[in-house]
Amino acid sequence: MTDDVAVLGAGMHPWGKWGRNFVEYGVAAARVALADAGLEWRDIGSIVGADTVRGGYPGYVAGATFAKALGWQGARVASVYAACASGAQAVNTARAQILSGLADVVLVVGADAAPKGFFRPAGGDRPDDPDWLRFRVLGATNPTYFGLYARRRMAVHGDTPEDFAQVKVKNSALGALNPNARYRKAVTADEVAASAVVADPLRLLDICATSDGGAALVLSGMDFARRHGVADPVRIRAVSTVTPRYPNTVLDLPDIATDSAAAVQPAAETFRESIARAAYEEAGVGPEDLSFAEVYDLSTALELQWYEDLGLCGEGEAAKLLREGTTTLGGRIPVNASGGLASFGEAVPAQAIAQVCELTWQLRGAAGDRQVAGARVGITANQGLFGHGSAVVAVR
Amino acid sequence: MSRTRTPVVAGWFAGDGEDFRLIGTRCSACTSVFFPREDGSCRNPGCPGGELEKVALSRRGRVWSFTDSRYRPPSPYVTDPELPWEPYTLIAVELESERLVVLGQAAPGVTVADLTVGMEVEVVLGVLHEDAEATWTTWQWRPTGVTA
Repeated sequence: MTDDVAVLGAGMHPWGKWGRNFVEYGVAAARVALADAGLEWRDIGSIVGADTVRGGYPGYVAGATFAKALGWQGARVASVYAACASGAQAVNTARAQILSGLADVVLVVGADAAPKGFFRPAGGDRPDDPDWLRFRVLGATNPTYFGLYARRRMAVHGDTPEDFAQVKVKNSALGALNPNARYRKAVTADEVAASAVVADPLRLLDICATSDGGAALVLSGMDFARRHGVADPVRIRAVSTVTPRYPNTVLDLPDIATDSAAAVQPAAETFRESIARAAYEEAGVGPEDLSFAEVYDLSTALELQWYEDLGLCGEGEAAKLLREGTTTLGGRIPVNASGGLASFGEAVPAQAIAQVCELTWQLRGAAGDRQVAGARVGITANQGLFGHGSAVVAVR
Repeated sequence: MSRTRTPVVAGWFAGDGEDFRLIGTRCSACTSVFFPREDGSCRNPGCPGGELEKVALSRRGRVWSFTDSRYRPPSPYVTDPELPWEPYTLIAVELESERLVVLGQAAPGVTVADLTVGMEVEVVLGVLHEDAEATWTTWQWRPTGVTA
């Protein structure tokens, strides 16, 4: 187990399709987080930015762009990119600086301004890039991978499109309670069923949108938090950022094929399961200790997959867990009380930070109408392209 | 005007008709198979490192999962924006002896309604698209027993 890191402040710019520069969202979120922490920007010794890839250079090299917009003040700066896990790696970079004594208090910022339509690879003729190749050779958009996973669950576990729709029904009802969510209207199963098929068996309302948004956290060591007058802060106890292990036998974005298991026996657990296990081990907790979870529901079917990968239920039992109401607000283990990506849409470098913002508000008992009663231990889970994934455990 | 038949990616497949195969590589030391072909070094972390040799993959496998693309994918996928979008099917296929799953487009005319997980399919040479100079060829999956 590692030492805890305190969450002094959390902030967001509301998600939406605002059509402005990502810097504006990141700076707005940073100011909210600083105010929440009761700190001035000049008090911050280090800033870590999570990079968008849609802003020229990686987010104009994100940490520095946010620092300049807030006003150069000489802070240590770092920027990270890890696809959808960028935000979690930014949190982990800040944590490593704090635990090693390089910084007392660190500002973490991620923001994105997403284009219309499908995410697509960077331009140019780049046949060495697996992401470019899957579009060039197969036209395989992100939703087609989500469709493959959903169909596989239907065949192996007996999940139905109606089960998937119920994830959207649950998350949209919760998102309606969240002022930072982009979609704040409850959706019915009939509305999901009436939406257009994007990638069989998934429909438009099964798949998360791409959004603009920004999220920020102010993190510090426990000593700094006490000196700052915060005796009992929300604490980050674990950040898992492990890679897959060879052979990775689940077809992951943006790959055209899996590794071969012909010569080497695959590990008993999948990549996603190993992300969660590493977080549990570092935090010294297990799934039975969780009060709630925030998972990366890029599609409705993927939320169900996470139930099993986090160990909330056995393999193939996720739809049953959902149907029993276990994962909604008031259930034993609410999942995506924030409304999830279903209600936010994905603002890639901000999203894993936003998940930790939600943990913070829930653990403080400050989540308003979507509050999980008695929240003590929360976990986030996330997976992105190129073998990236993350899980963060926070406690109070 | 005659167009040249050009593979969309060089070296990933070869042959014609019954002899058409996906081409991967195999490590001479640990026998790990790679597709798309790995030509740098063996990616098995427990392998001392062998020579990567060209290997033809099994022609037939079983459907691991399938989906389709109801909307026009963005560039670099090549489509004619003047024509209405025709959805195509994608199939992920598990090759038994190589123990890997390979994604590919289905042969023309194969829809999701024709497929079930576990069904046997075979790899066939297909056309991805044509332009002024070339007919760009690719691999496609087709249920066995179905003739084009």
